[in-house]
Amino acid sequence: MATSGIGASVLRKEDDRFLRGRGQYVGDFRMPGMQEVAFVRSPVAHARLKQVHIPERFRGAVFTADDLVGINPIVSAPPLKGFRRSAEPILATGKVRFVGEMIAMCVASTRAEAEDIADAVALDLDELPAVTDMLAACESGSPLVHEEWGDNVFVEFSENVWTDDLRETAIEVRKSIRTARHCMFPMEGRGVLAYRDERLRNLTLVTSTQFPNCVQTGLSECLGLTHGDIRVISPDVGGGFGYKGLLCREEVALAWLALRVGHPVRWLEDCREHLAANANCREHHYEITGYASADGKLLGIECIAHVDAGAYSSYPVSSSVEAAQIANLLPGPYVFANYRCRALAVATNKCPIIPYRGVARSGICLAIEAVMDAVAQEAGLEPHEVRLRNMVQPEQMPFDNLLGKHFDSGDHPECLRRAVEAIGAQQIRERQKQAEPDGRRIGVGISFFVEQGAHGTAVLASWGRPIVPGYEQAQVKLTADGEVEIHVGTHSHGQGHETTYAQVAHEILGVDIDKIKVIQGDTLYIPYSTATWGSRSMVHGGGAVARASRLLAQRAAQIGAWLLQTDIEKVHVAEGKVVAGDSSITLREVARAWYLQPQNLPVGVDSGGLDITAGYRAERDSGTFTYAAHAAVVAIDPATGVVEILDYVVVEDGGTLVNPMIVDGQICGGTAQGIGTCLYEAMPFDAQGQPLASTMLDYMLPGAPEVPDIRVEHMQTPSPYTEFGIKGLGEGGAVGPPAAIVSAVNDALRPLNVEVLDLPLTPERILAAIEAAAARTQPQDAHA
Amino acid sequence: MKPAAFDFVRATSVADASRYLKEAGGTARLVAGGQSLGPMLNLRLARPTLLIDITGIAELSEVSETDDAIIIGACVTTANIEDGRLPGRGFEPLAAVAANIAYRAVRNRGTIGGSFCHADPAADWVTALCALGAECLIAGESGKRSLPAHEFIRGAYDNALAPNEVLAAIKIPRMSSRGRWGYHKVCRKAGEFAMAMAAVLHDSDRDVFRAVIGATHGKPILLADARVLQRADRSLDTSAIDRALESHGITNSLSRRQQLAALARAFAQARPQ
Repeated sequence: MATSGIGASVLRKEDDRFLRGRGQYVGDFRMPGMQEVAFVRSPVAHARLKQVHIPERFRGAVFTADDLVGINPIVSAPPLKGFRRSAEPILATGKVRFVGEMIAMCVASTRAEAEDIADAVALDLDELPAVTDMLAACESGSPLVHEEWGDNVFVEFSENVWTDDLRETAIEVRKSIRTARHCMFPMEGRGVLAYRDERLRNLTLVTSTQFPNCVQTGLSECLGLTHGDIRVISPDVGGGFGYKGLLCREEVALAWLALRVGHPVRWLEDCREHLAANANCREHHYEITGYASADGKLLGIECIAHVDAGAYSSYPVSSSVEAAQIANLLPGPYVFANYRCRALAVATNKCPIIPYRGVARSGICLAIEAVMDAVAQEAGLEPHEVRLRNMVQPEQMPFDNLLGKHFDSGDHPECLRRAVEAIGAQQIRERQKQAEPDGRRIGVGISFFVEQGAHGTAVLASWGRPIVPGYEQAQVKLTADGEVEIHVGTHSHGQGHETTYAQVAHEILGVDIDKIKVIQGDTLYIPYSTATWGSRSMVHGGGAVARASRLLAQRAAQIGAWLLQTDIEKVHVAEGKVVAGDSSITLREVARAWYLQPQNLPVGVDSGGLDITAGYRAERDSGTFTYAAHAAVVAIDPATGVVEILDYVVVEDGGTLVNPMIVDGQICGGTAQGIGTCLYEAMPFDAQGQPLASTMLDYMLPGAPEVPDIRVEHMQTPSPYTEFGIKGLGEGGAVGPPAAIVSAVNDALRPLNVEVLDLPLTPERILAAIEAAAARTQPQDAHA
Repeated sequence: MKPAAFDFVRATSVADASRYLKEAGGTARLVAGGQSLGPMLNLRLARPTLLIDITGIAELSEVSETDDAIIIGACVTTANIEDGRLPGRGFEPLAAVAANIAYRAVRNRGTIGGSFCHADPAADWVTALCALGAECLIAGESGKRSLPAHEFIRGAYDNALAPNEVLAAIKIPRMSSRGRWGYHKVCRKAGEFAMAMAAVLHDSDRDVFRAVIGATHGKPILLADARVLQRADRSLDTSAIDRALESHGITNSLSRRQQLAALARAFAQARPQ
């Protein structure tokens, strides 16, 4: 195996600049004449906007909806039956529907001065009753976010595959589960710099996005410009997690503003805007029932789920995506015959939620795994034993589940067994027999899930995305000095593509990865792409790099064969050379012959050259199915309710790993976020829809001390359908932790008859559950 | 999140700072490390017309020692205290408390006096200095005065400084060699506002047995004679503690439970060996 090809844990090429503080983010750009923007945002969750009063002295520096003539609102209405269309104005008109909705745009030479102007703008608002809870929003008589709908439901998905009568089954368990609305918090927030480029005759947007081409398309729709009128540059991006996979209002506003004022303008999101107005995610509610036989065999699942989608539908993901995933993916990895689910995307007076790493799957995994734990409890079996009894066996792969999800490959039971072994579940059971010396309670929990990634055309078209990915393209070219340049439309925002794509090209061309440059993030230089989200880049982008590299190798081989004076059938490309038996010629010499010394080549040589663009789509694009088991050991202090994670194991099969070190980073980073989802993160709102966290003092993220040393084991079962057997695996780390940790916490608290299924598991929630359980079991002693 | 405009001066002496305060007529704020004031300025929750930087005043960064006390200038950073840059024995609790305040980056800039003046109920220095029996040395245009720490804190974010006064230093009595200190806070992570907090100082040579409950909604609860919280056999009287907490307005039973846990742990640490 090549030391820097597929499978090698080479250090990331991009880290040299990141670790030295030389990355270049939107906030690092300076342009002559650049001015800064601050927004006047709605201070209330629901109101009629009657008037915006702009002090006379600031008249030229403040812009409202009245100024945005000819600008279309953001509409993200997938062609789904019954989907309710919302039109999100760039600046509010008529009504404001959440705290933080943009009302006016203020421009000044510094951000502080722009905020001074924003402070001086007065709003005349007629407050309306707000609806801030997704369940209340579905009751009749609820305030309406969009009056014209008549209710608050964006869309409802339902699945119904039910053949058996399960009314008399041995085990029936019912659970209510709530996940918190939380925030995304990439290290870099959003930022937009917009200016008119006179030389290229376009509007240029430098923006912190995961998908420059989709921003280009979205802007063209909102601004009425052609794609050629718009250039989008996505420079270094400090994390996205889905937050930067949408067209944001600010991008449209700044684009318009740059054309209007004629000088560069920039907006950098601050922490309060990020938390309260922009980056919310994950808020679900489940009422779920599981039916099983006495021996723990799952027979059926019934569920009604609600998603608090907030006030508008984001482009292009739409407000439907989480509810669609719930209905589609709730069966998870398990084999059973009867399934009924209704999943509703509900509008509330809160900011739109956006798909965050794993999208709906962390909630889905929690819901189905809570059922599996409850079945285990009823059947008197270990939780992992119940899971093993309901899994797909390796000889059944590939396997279509009851909704037709096509699990491509793998050995699920082996993965779970390894995790149970690694976490030492048996030893924990022994340890639980004795009291802990510090008075805490110990529990072990496990979760198992499949991670459908790299979804292709068919899947995403059925989910109703307005921009559906097809063939991913890559341009691979040999430069005149025999180095390689790769142009891709995907955009690394932490994934390390500058390294991994180079590894893929190296695998085929044998050129040293230091001589392979990956170029991304500028619509002038990249093939059109739906870019990086949904764990798709390595499968589709990597596949495209492989295809283009192979074609390039063929072209180089033809030239090389001629230079070596041999037949094309006798040569192959390896180690950066065209080789024919004992003789060879370097790709550098091939390139120099083609670009600089063409007189040495015959006239009839292939005229296509050494610059190839090729497209790739997985042979079967219903998605790759990475799977993983997460296992946690926790200690809970029953006096304070504080949870500590003592040990954490992930066993994951992500198919062929291009760079296992980067995969470990993906898993550990995702797991840290999942720990946040489970134990810490919540974006609270009061009954009037006021967001109650505005800084990192009141919004809690796990820090380094709260994240344990995550022990990762890999299995590598290739996907039969993709280049090299690569699978998508960017999100699973964030999917598994809530279910595993909730399971461990409830395992620890079971002797106290306590179960907590509302996230996050705060000390207050745990203590309240302990107190409630104590009151239930000893009502007569309550006053003792 | 950028501050509204303000003027900025660097005071060269305490008298200088006091004069600036007076001239601004109540619209100025002193700033030292800025770790609490900074975010409030950025959120525009604080809008002073003038910021008076007092970190250049030499005497505010001095530390001196007497036979029975240490005097720490108000602008000494928490990091310096954490790192043990204080002379003498008998002040070990200070370094221990300092080491667990927020993050090192905050401790590098945050000062003991700034944190104490800010009087956030969940701040470690508020609880710890009250329990240590510290005294606040105050300077103003009408001369100097001192106040016990627990009187200096008047409530949440409220201190006893008169408009033109400056907290110059904090005087902390020396613990005897047999003195025992206990300190516990309940929080999930560094930097979080504590949910409960307790400190116990048991120094029988000096006839001190003091307990303080912090992270309340107001000023910390001082129990000057901690024996009232113990039964005859010296075990903790949990119902007495519960009543004490309730009488100080801590009505949430979960908070009381956490406070009780914090207090029990602080007591256990401070138990004479």
